[in-house]
Amino acid sequence: MPPSDTTAHRQVAYRSHSFWGGLLVGVAVMAGIDEIVFHQILAWHHFYDLGTSTVALVSDGLLHAAGLLAIVAGFVLLLDAHRRGRAWSAAAWAGVFVGLGAFQLWDGTVHHKVLGLHQVRYGVDLVPYDVAWIASGALLLCVGLGLLVRLVRR
Amino acid sequence: MHGPDGHHSSTSAGEWPIEVVLLVPFVAALVMYVCAAVIQYSRGRPWPWYRTLVFVLGTAAAASGFAGPVATWSHETFTGHVGAHLLVGMVAPLLLVLSAPVTLALRTLGTVPARRVVRLVRSLPARVLTNPVVAATLAVGGMWVLYRTPLFEATRSDVLLHLLVTLHVLAAGYLYTVAIVSVDPSPHRPSTRVRAAVLLVSIAAHGVLAKLVYAQPPAGLDVADVRRGAQLMFYGGDLVELALAALLAAQWYRTSGHDLRRAGLVPAAVGHGHPQSEQLRDEKRT
Repeated sequence: MPPSDTTAHRQVAYRSHSFWGGLLVGVAVMAGIDEIVFHQILAWHHFYDLGTSTVALVSDGLLHAAGLLAIVAGFVLLLDAHRRGRAWSAAAWAGVFVGLGAFQLWDGTVHHKVLGLHQVRYGVDLVPYDVAWIASGALLLCVGLGLLVRLVRR
Repeated sequence: MHGPDGHHSSTSAGEWPIEVVLLVPFVAALVMYVCAAVIQYSRGRPWPWYRTLVFVLGTAAAASGFAGPVATWSHETFTGHVGAHLLVGMVAPLLLVLSAPVTLALRTLGTVPARRVVRLVRSLPARVLTNPVVAATLAVGGMWVLYRTPLFEATRSDVLLHLLVTLHVLAAGYLYTVAIVSVDPSPHRPSTRVRAAVLLVSIAAHGVLAKLVYAQPPAGLDVADVRRGAQLMFYGGDLVELALAALLAAQWYRTSGHDLRRAGLVPAAVGHGHPQSEQLRDEKRT
Protein backbone atom coordinates (compact mmCIF):
# COMPACT_ATOMS: atom_id res chain seq x y z
CA MET A 1 0.00 0.00 0.00
CA PRO A 2 1.47 3.38 -0.94
CA PRO A 3 1.71 5.98 1.84
CA SER A 4 -0.66 8.25 -0.06
CA ASP A 5 -3.49 5.79 0.68
CA THR A 6 -4.29 7.51 3.95
CA THR A 7 -5.32 10.67 2.11
CA ALA A 8 -6.77 8.58 -0.69
CA HIS A 9 -9.38 7.11 1.63
CA ARG A 10 -10.79 10.53 2.24
CA GLN A 11 -11.43 10.95 -1.49
CA VAL A 12 -14.60 9.82 -3.20
CA ALA A 13 -13.53 7.24 -5.77
CA TYR A 14 -15.72 8.36 -8.66
CA ARG A 15 -14.73 11.99 -8.13
CA SER A 16 -10.99 11.40 -7.80
CA HIS A 17 -8.52 12.44 -10.47
CA SER A 18 -7.08 8.93 -10.25
CA PHE A 19 -10.38 7.39 -11.37
CA TRP A 20 -10.95 9.84 -14.23
CA GLY A 21 -7.32 9.72 -15.30
CA GLY A 22 -7.54 5.91 -15.41
CA LEU A 23 -10.84 6.08 -17.29
CA LEU A 24 -9.36 8.34 -19.99
CA VAL A 25 -6.34 6.06 -20.33
CA GLY A 26 -8.70 3.07 -20.63
CA VAL A 27 -10.75 4.74 -23.37
CA ALA A 28 -7.60 5.69 -25.25
CA VAL A 29 -6.03 2.23 -24.95
CA MET A 30 -9.16 0.56 -26.35
CA ALA A 31 -9.36 3.15 -29.14
CA GLY A 32 -5.70 2.45 -29.86
CA ILE A 33 -6.25 -1.34 -29.94
CA ASP A 34 -9.19 -0.80 -32.31
CA GLU A 35 -7.10 1.40 -34.59
CA ILE A 36 -3.79 -0.49 -34.49
CA VAL A 37 -4.90 -4.13 -34.24
CA PHE A 38 -8.22 -4.21 -36.10
CA HIS A 39 -7.75 -1.44 -38.68
CA GLN A 40 -4.03 -1.76 -39.39
CA ILE A 41 -2.67 -5.21 -38.45
CA LEU A 42 -5.66 -7.48 -39.09
CA ALA A 43 -7.34 -5.06 -41.55
CA TRP A 44 -10.74 -6.41 -40.48
CA HIS A 45 -12.23 -2.94 -40.08
CA HIS A 46 -12.56 -0.70 -43.10
CA PHE A 47 -11.24 2.87 -43.19
CA TYR A 48 -14.54 3.87 -44.78
CA ASP A 49 -17.74 2.03 -45.67
CA LEU A 50 -19.74 3.01 -48.72
CA GLY A 51 -22.99 4.52 -47.58
CA THR A 52 -21.72 5.68 -44.20
CA SER A 53 -24.02 8.44 -43.01
CA THR A 54 -22.82 11.92 -42.12
CA VAL A 55 -23.86 11.41 -38.49
CA ALA A 56 -21.74 8.27 -38.31
CA LEU A 57 -18.74 10.02 -39.86
CA VAL A 58 -18.95 12.95 -37.44
CA SER A 59 -19.48 10.67 -34.45
CA ASP A 60 -16.50 8.56 -35.51
CA GLY A 61 -14.39 11.69 -36.04
CA LEU A 62 -15.20 13.08 -32.61
CA LEU A 63 -14.57 9.74 -30.90
CA HIS A 64 -11.28 9.38 -32.73
CA ALA A 65 -10.24 12.89 -31.65
CA ALA A 66 -11.35 12.18 -28.08
CA GLY A 67 -9.22 9.01 -28.09
CA LEU A 68 -6.12 10.98 -29.09
CA LEU A 69 -6.68 13.61 -26.40
CA ALA A 70 -7.70 11.02 -23.79
CA ILE A 71 -4.33 9.27 -23.69
CA VAL A 72 -2.61 12.59 -22.99
CA ALA A 73 -5.23 14.01 -20.62
CA GLY A 74 -5.47 10.71 -18.72
CA PHE A 75 -1.75 10.49 -18.03
CA VAL A 76 -1.57 14.17 -17.04
CA LEU A 77 -4.48 13.75 -14.60
CA LEU A 78 -2.74 10.72 -13.04
CA LEU A 79 0.55 12.66 -12.83
CA ASP A 80 -1.28 15.59 -11.27
CA ALA A 81 -2.89 13.34 -8.66
CA HIS A 82 0.55 11.87 -7.90
CA ARG A 83 2.10 15.33 -7.59
CA ARG A 84 -0.55 16.34 -5.06
CA GLY A 85 0.06 13.17 -3.07
CA ARG A 86 -3.43 11.96 -3.89
CA ALA A 87 -2.55 9.08 -6.23
CA TRP A 88 -4.93 6.17 -5.67
CA SER A 89 -4.03 3.14 -7.73
CA ALA A 90 -7.21 1.14 -6.95
CA ALA A 91 -9.40 3.99 -8.21
CA ALA A 92 -7.17 4.39 -11.27
CA TRP A 93 -7.56 0.68 -12.12
CA ALA A 94 -11.33 0.89 -11.70
CA GLY A 95 -11.23 3.82 -14.13
CA VAL A 96 -9.09 1.93 -16.64
CA PHE A 97 -11.57 -0.98 -16.76
CA VAL A 98 -14.60 1.33 -16.98
CA GLY A 99 -12.89 3.20 -19.85
CA LEU A 100 -11.91 0.02 -21.73
CA GLY A 101 -15.41 -1.45 -21.37
CA ALA A 102 -17.32 1.75 -22.11
CA PHE A 103 -15.43 2.36 -25.35
CA GLN A 104 -15.77 -1.24 -26.52
CA LEU A 105 -19.49 -1.35 -25.69
CA TRP A 106 -20.17 1.99 -27.40
CA ASP A 107 -18.13 0.96 -30.44
CA GLY A 108 -19.84 -2.44 -30.69
CA THR A 109 -23.41 -1.22 -30.25
CA VAL A 110 -23.74 2.42 -31.37
CA HIS A 111 -21.00 2.58 -33.99
CA HIS A 112 -21.17 -0.87 -35.53
CA LYS A 113 -24.88 -1.62 -35.16
CA VAL A 114 -26.91 1.61 -34.76
CA LEU A 115 -24.87 3.94 -36.99
CA GLY A 116 -23.48 1.19 -39.24
CA LEU A 117 -20.06 2.87 -39.40
CA HIS A 118 -18.26 -0.34 -40.33
CA GLN A 119 -18.54 -3.96 -39.24
CA VAL A 120 -16.13 -5.98 -37.11
CA ARG A 121 -15.16 -8.12 -40.09
CA TYR A 122 -16.27 -8.59 -43.68
CA GLY A 123 -17.21 -11.71 -45.62
CA VAL A 124 -17.97 -13.81 -42.52
CA ASP A 125 -20.96 -14.59 -40.31
CA LEU A 126 -21.04 -11.47 -38.14
CA VAL A 127 -23.03 -12.84 -35.17
CA PRO A 128 -20.13 -14.46 -33.23
CA TYR A 129 -17.95 -11.40 -33.85
CA ASP A 130 -20.63 -8.98 -32.69
CA VAL A 131 -21.40 -11.11 -29.62
CA ALA A 132 -17.70 -11.30 -28.73
CA TRP A 133 -17.30 -7.56 -29.27
CA ILE A 134 -20.27 -6.47 -27.19
CA ALA A 135 -19.88 -9.14 -24.48
CA SER A 136 -16.20 -8.30 -23.95
CA GLY A 137 -17.13 -4.63 -23.64
CA ALA A 138 -19.88 -5.37 -21.14
CA LEU A 139 -17.59 -7.66 -19.14
CA LEU A 140 -14.80 -5.05 -18.89
CA LEU A 141 -17.32 -2.39 -17.92
CA CYS A 142 -18.78 -4.66 -15.19
CA VAL A 143 -15.30 -5.37 -13.80
CA GLY A 144 -14.60 -1.64 -13.67
CA LEU A 145 -17.91 -0.77 -12.05
CA GLY A 146 -17.44 -3.64 -9.58
CA LEU A 147 -14.04 -2.30 -8.53
CA LEU A 148 -15.52 1.17 -8.20
CA VAL A 149 -18.46 0.00 -6.05
CA ARG A 150 -16.05 -1.81 -3.72
CA LEU A 151 -14.05 1.39 -3.26
CA VAL A 152 -17.13 3.48 -2.60
CA ARG A 153 -18.53 1.03 -0.07
CA ARG A 154 -15.26 0.70 1.82
CA MET B 1 4.80 36.80 -64.43
CA HIS B 2 3.26 33.44 -63.71
CA GLY B 3 1.34 33.35 -66.96
CA PRO B 4 1.61 30.53 -69.49
CA ASP B 5 5.22 31.55 -70.16
CA GLY B 6 6.20 31.30 -66.50
CA HIS B 7 4.49 27.97 -66.26
CA HIS B 8 6.25 26.75 -69.36
CA SER B 9 9.67 27.79 -68.13
CA SER B 10 9.04 26.15 -64.74
CA THR B 11 8.52 22.79 -66.39
CA SER B 12 11.43 22.91 -68.83
CA ALA B 13 15.01 24.11 -68.77
CA GLY B 14 14.28 27.26 -66.71
CA GLU B 15 13.12 25.40 -63.59
CA TRP B 16 16.12 26.34 -61.48
CA PRO B 17 15.70 30.16 -61.20
CA ILE B 18 12.05 29.97 -60.03
CA GLU B 19 12.97 27.46 -57.35
CA VAL B 20 15.76 29.73 -56.16
CA VAL B 21 13.38 32.71 -55.97
CA LEU B 22 10.90 30.69 -53.93
CA LEU B 23 13.61 29.62 -51.48
CA VAL B 24 14.92 33.16 -50.83
CA PRO B 25 12.50 34.03 -47.97
CA PHE B 26 13.29 30.78 -46.17
CA VAL B 27 17.04 31.27 -46.48
CA ALA B 28 16.65 34.88 -45.29
CA ALA B 29 14.66 33.74 -42.23
CA LEU B 30 17.28 31.11 -41.49
CA VAL B 31 20.14 33.62 -41.68
CA MET B 32 18.30 36.11 -39.42
CA TYR B 33 17.49 33.47 -36.81
CA VAL B 34 20.99 32.02 -36.71
CA CYS B 35 22.52 35.55 -36.52
CA ALA B 36 20.23 36.41 -33.61
CA ALA B 37 21.19 33.18 -31.83
CA VAL B 38 24.89 33.97 -32.36
CA ILE B 39 24.36 37.52 -31.00
CA GLN B 40 22.73 36.03 -27.90
CA TYR B 41 25.70 33.71 -27.48
CA SER B 42 28.18 36.60 -27.80
CA ARG B 43 26.21 38.54 -25.17
CA GLY B 44 26.71 35.65 -22.77
CA ARG B 45 23.06 34.60 -22.77
CA PRO B 46 23.19 31.47 -24.93
CA TRP B 47 19.99 30.75 -26.81
CA PRO B 48 19.01 27.06 -26.32
CA TRP B 49 20.57 25.01 -29.13
CA TYR B 50 17.45 22.87 -29.56
CA ARG B 51 15.40 25.96 -30.42
CA THR B 52 17.83 26.75 -33.24
CA LEU B 53 17.69 23.11 -34.33
CA VAL B 54 13.86 23.03 -34.52
CA PHE B 55 13.91 26.34 -36.40
CA VAL B 56 16.29 24.91 -39.01
CA LEU B 57 14.17 21.75 -39.34
CA GLY B 58 10.93 23.76 -39.41
CA THR B 59 12.21 26.08 -42.12
CA ALA B 60 13.36 23.10 -44.16
CA ALA B 61 9.94 21.44 -43.78
CA ALA B 62 8.17 24.65 -44.81
CA ALA B 63 10.49 25.25 -47.79
CA SER B 64 10.11 21.64 -48.97
CA GLY B 65 6.55 22.38 -50.08
CA PHE B 66 7.69 25.18 -52.37
CA ALA B 67 10.79 23.82 -54.08
CA GLY B 68 12.78 20.61 -54.28
CA PRO B 69 11.91 16.90 -54.41
CA VAL B 70 8.87 17.07 -52.08
CA ALA B 71 7.35 19.91 -54.13
CA THR B 72 7.94 17.89 -57.31
CA TRP B 73 6.36 14.80 -55.70
CA SER B 74 3.38 16.92 -54.65
CA HIS B 75 2.73 17.86 -58.29
CA GLU B 76 2.94 14.26 -59.46
CA THR B 77 0.60 12.41 -57.09
CA PHE B 78 -2.20 13.19 -54.64
CA THR B 79 -0.31 11.26 -51.95
CA GLY B 80 2.64 13.57 -52.57
CA HIS B 81 0.33 16.58 -52.39
CA VAL B 82 -0.93 15.43 -48.98
CA GLY B 83 2.61 14.69 -47.81
CA ALA B 84 3.72 18.21 -48.75
CA HIS B 85 0.70 19.73 -46.97
CA LEU B 86 1.45 17.71 -43.82
CA LEU B 87 5.01 19.06 -43.86
CA VAL B 88 4.11 22.66 -44.70
CA GLY B 89 0.88 23.02 -42.72
CA MET B 90 1.44 20.83 -39.65
CA VAL B 91 5.04 19.70 -39.07
CA ALA B 92 6.73 23.00 -40.04
CA PRO B 93 4.40 25.20 -37.93
CA LEU B 94 4.88 22.96 -34.89
CA LEU B 95 8.68 23.14 -35.20
CA LEU B 96 8.65 26.88 -35.90
CA VAL B 97 6.40 27.61 -32.91
CA LEU B 98 8.73 25.57 -30.68
CA SER B 99 11.68 27.66 -31.91
CA ALA B 100 10.12 30.74 -30.20
CA PRO B 101 11.10 33.25 -32.93
CA VAL B 102 9.29 36.21 -31.30
CA THR B 103 11.08 35.69 -27.97
CA LEU B 104 14.43 35.54 -29.77
CA ALA B 105 13.58 38.71 -31.74
CA LEU B 106 12.56 40.59 -28.58
CA ARG B 107 15.80 39.60 -26.85
CA THR B 108 17.98 40.55 -29.78
CA LEU B 109 16.40 43.71 -31.17
CA GLY B 110 17.00 47.18 -29.76
CA THR B 111 14.36 48.86 -27.60
CA VAL B 112 12.53 50.68 -30.38
CA PRO B 113 12.12 47.77 -32.84
CA ALA B 114 11.39 45.41 -29.94
CA ARG B 115 8.55 47.71 -28.84
CA ARG B 116 7.24 47.60 -32.39
CA VAL B 117 7.22 43.80 -32.28
CA VAL B 118 5.36 43.87 -28.95
CA ARG B 119 2.83 46.31 -30.39
CA LEU B 120 2.37 44.02 -33.40
CA VAL B 121 1.85 40.95 -31.20
CA ARG B 122 -0.67 42.87 -29.09
CA SER B 123 -2.47 44.48 -32.03
CA LEU B 124 -6.11 43.72 -32.67
CA PRO B 125 -5.52 41.83 -35.95
CA ALA B 126 -2.87 39.63 -34.30
CA ARG B 127 -5.21 38.93 -31.40
CA VAL B 128 -8.07 38.03 -33.71
CA LEU B 129 -5.93 35.84 -35.98
CA THR B 130 -4.39 33.91 -33.06
CA ASN B 131 -7.75 33.31 -31.41
CA PRO B 132 -8.07 29.49 -31.41
CA VAL B 133 -11.50 29.45 -33.04
CA VAL B 134 -10.48 31.88 -35.80
CA ALA B 135 -7.14 30.16 -36.41
CA ALA B 136 -8.72 26.68 -36.50
CA THR B 137 -11.35 27.92 -38.95
CA LEU B 138 -8.63 29.35 -41.20
CA ALA B 139 -6.52 26.18 -41.04
CA VAL B 140 -9.03 23.31 -41.09
CA GLY B 141 -11.80 25.32 -42.76
CA GLY B 142 -9.31 26.22 -45.48
CA MET B 143 -8.69 22.52 -46.09
CA TRP B 144 -12.45 21.92 -46.39
CA VAL B 145 -12.71 24.72 -48.95
CA LEU B 146 -9.74 23.31 -50.87
CA TYR B 147 -11.03 19.75 -51.18
CA ARG B 148 -14.81 20.29 -51.21
CA THR B 149 -14.95 23.06 -53.84
CA PRO B 150 -13.51 23.37 -57.38
CA LEU B 151 -10.50 25.18 -55.85
CA PHE B 152 -8.36 22.02 -55.79
CA GLU B 153 -9.05 21.38 -59.48
CA ALA B 154 -8.07 24.99 -60.25
CA THR B 155 -4.76 24.79 -58.33
CA ARG B 156 -3.65 21.89 -60.54
CA SER B 157 -3.44 24.09 -63.62
CA ASP B 158 -2.71 27.52 -62.11
CA VAL B 159 0.81 27.82 -60.68
CA LEU B 160 0.19 31.13 -58.89
CA LEU B 161 -2.99 29.82 -57.26
CA HIS B 162 -1.13 26.71 -56.13
CA LEU B 163 1.57 28.91 -54.60
CA LEU B 164 -1.02 31.04 -52.78
CA VAL B 165 -2.77 27.95 -51.39
CA THR B 166 0.56 26.56 -50.14
CA LEU B 167 1.34 29.92 -48.50
CA HIS B 168 -2.10 29.91 -46.85
CA VAL B 169 -1.49 26.38 -45.57
CA LEU B 170 1.80 27.49 -43.97
CA ALA B 171 0.44 30.76 -42.50
CA ALA B 172 -2.82 29.28 -41.22
CA GLY B 173 -0.97 26.26 -39.81
CA TYR B 174 1.38 28.59 -37.92
CA LEU B 175 -1.47 30.71 -36.53
CA TYR B 176 -3.33 27.59 -35.46
CA THR B 177 -0.29 26.10 -33.71
CA VAL B 178 0.43 29.44 -31.99
CA ALA B 179 -3.18 29.59 -30.83
CA ILE B 180 -3.02 26.10 -29.30
CA VAL B 181 0.53 25.78 -27.88
CA SER B 182 2.48 29.04 -28.15
CA VAL B 183 5.80 29.28 -26.29
CA ASP B 184 6.22 32.91 -27.38
CA PRO B 185 4.52 35.62 -25.32
CA SER B 186 0.84 35.56 -26.28
CA PRO B 187 -1.41 38.07 -24.55
CA HIS B 188 -5.06 37.18 -24.05
CA ARG B 189 -4.42 33.47 -24.39
CA PRO B 190 -7.65 31.56 -23.70
CA SER B 191 -7.84 28.88 -21.01
CA THR B 192 -6.47 25.37 -21.52
CA ARG B 193 -10.05 24.10 -21.67
CA VAL B 194 -10.94 26.33 -24.62
CA ARG B 195 -7.76 25.38 -26.45
CA ALA B 196 -8.32 21.66 -25.78
CA ALA B 197 -11.91 21.93 -27.05
CA VAL B 198 -10.73 23.65 -30.26
CA LEU B 199 -8.06 20.97 -30.67
CA LEU B 200 -10.69 18.23 -30.25
CA VAL B 201 -13.04 19.72 -32.83
CA SER B 202 -10.27 20.42 -35.33
CA ILE B 203 -8.86 16.86 -35.05
CA ALA B 204 -12.37 15.55 -35.71
CA ALA B 205 -12.91 17.92 -38.66
CA HIS B 206 -9.53 16.93 -40.13
CA GLY B 207 -10.34 13.21 -39.81
CA VAL B 208 -13.86 13.54 -41.25
CA LEU B 209 -12.49 15.51 -44.22
CA ALA B 210 -9.86 12.81 -44.85
CA LYS B 211 -12.61 10.15 -44.93
CA LEU B 212 -14.75 12.28 -47.27
CA VAL B 213 -11.80 12.73 -49.64
CA TYR B 214 -11.34 8.94 -49.49
CA ALA B 215 -15.02 8.36 -50.25
CA GLN B 216 -15.40 11.02 -52.94
CA PRO B 217 -12.05 11.51 -54.72
CA PRO B 218 -11.57 14.83 -56.55
CA ALA B 219 -12.39 14.47 -60.26
CA GLY B 220 -9.70 13.35 -62.68
CA LEU B 221 -7.44 11.68 -60.11
CA ASP B 222 -6.40 8.06 -59.70
CA VAL B 223 -8.70 6.58 -57.05
CA ALA B 224 -6.04 4.32 -55.49
CA ASP B 225 -3.67 7.30 -55.20
CA VAL B 226 -6.37 9.47 -53.58
CA ARG B 227 -7.15 6.70 -51.08
CA ARG B 228 -3.50 6.41 -50.10
CA GLY B 229 -3.35 10.19 -49.79
CA ALA B 230 -6.51 10.37 -47.65
CA GLN B 231 -5.12 7.76 -45.25
CA LEU B 232 -1.82 9.64 -45.07
CA MET B 233 -3.82 12.78 -44.26
CA PHE B 234 -5.73 10.93 -41.52
CA TYR B 235 -2.87 9.10 -39.80
CA GLY B 236 -0.14 11.68 -40.51
CA GLY B 237 -2.42 14.33 -39.05
CA ASP B 238 -2.94 12.13 -35.99
CA LEU B 239 0.78 12.09 -35.19
CA VAL B 240 1.15 15.87 -35.27
CA GLU B 241 -2.14 16.35 -33.38
CA LEU B 242 -0.94 13.94 -30.71
CA ALA B 243 2.23 16.03 -30.35
CA LEU B 244 0.08 19.19 -30.05
CA ALA B 245 -2.04 17.55 -27.36
CA ALA B 246 1.07 16.44 -25.44
CA LEU B 247 2.53 19.97 -25.59
CA LEU B 248 -0.73 21.54 -24.46
CA ALA B 249 -0.92 19.08 -21.56
CA ALA B 250 2.73 19.67 -20.63
CA GLN B 251 2.16 23.44 -20.60
CA TRP B 252 -0.88 23.01 -18.35
CA TYR B 253 1.07 20.68 -16.06
CA ARG B 254 3.89 23.20 -15.74
CA THR B 255 1.76 26.30 -15.17
CA SER B 256 -0.53 24.55 -12.68
CA GLY B 257 2.66 23.34 -10.96
CA HIS B 258 3.79 26.97 -10.55
CA ASP B 259 0.41 27.77 -9.02
CA LEU B 260 0.67 24.79 -6.66
CA ARG B 261 4.12 25.86 -5.51
CA ARG B 262 2.97 29.44 -5.02
CA ALA B 263 0.11 28.16 -2.90
CA GLY B 264 2.57 26.17 -0.80
CA LEU B 265 1.45 22.85 -2.30
CA VAL B 266 -2.01 23.30 -0.85
CA PRO B 267 -4.38 21.50 -3.16
CA ALA B 268 -5.84 24.30 -5.25
CA ALA B 269 -8.71 24.38 -7.71
CA VAL B 270 -7.79 22.28 -10.70
CA GLY B 271 -9.23 22.17 -14.15
CA HIS B 272 -7.41 24.66 -16.29
CA GLY B 273 -4.14 26.52 -16.28
CA HIS B 274 -3.66 30.15 -15.50
CA PRO B 275 -2.42 31.82 -18.65
CA GLN B 276 -1.46 34.95 -16.74
CA SER B 277 1.28 33.23 -14.83
CA GLU B 278 2.85 31.89 -18.01
CA GLN B 279 2.61 35.28 -19.64
CA LEU B 280 4.36 36.92 -16.71
CA ARG B 281 7.14 34.42 -16.94
CA ASP B 282 7.45 34.99 -20.65
CA GLU B 283 7.66 38.71 -20.15
CA LYS B 284 10.32 38.35 -17.50
CA ARG B 285 12.31 36.18 -19.86
CA THR B 286 12.16 38.71 -22.67
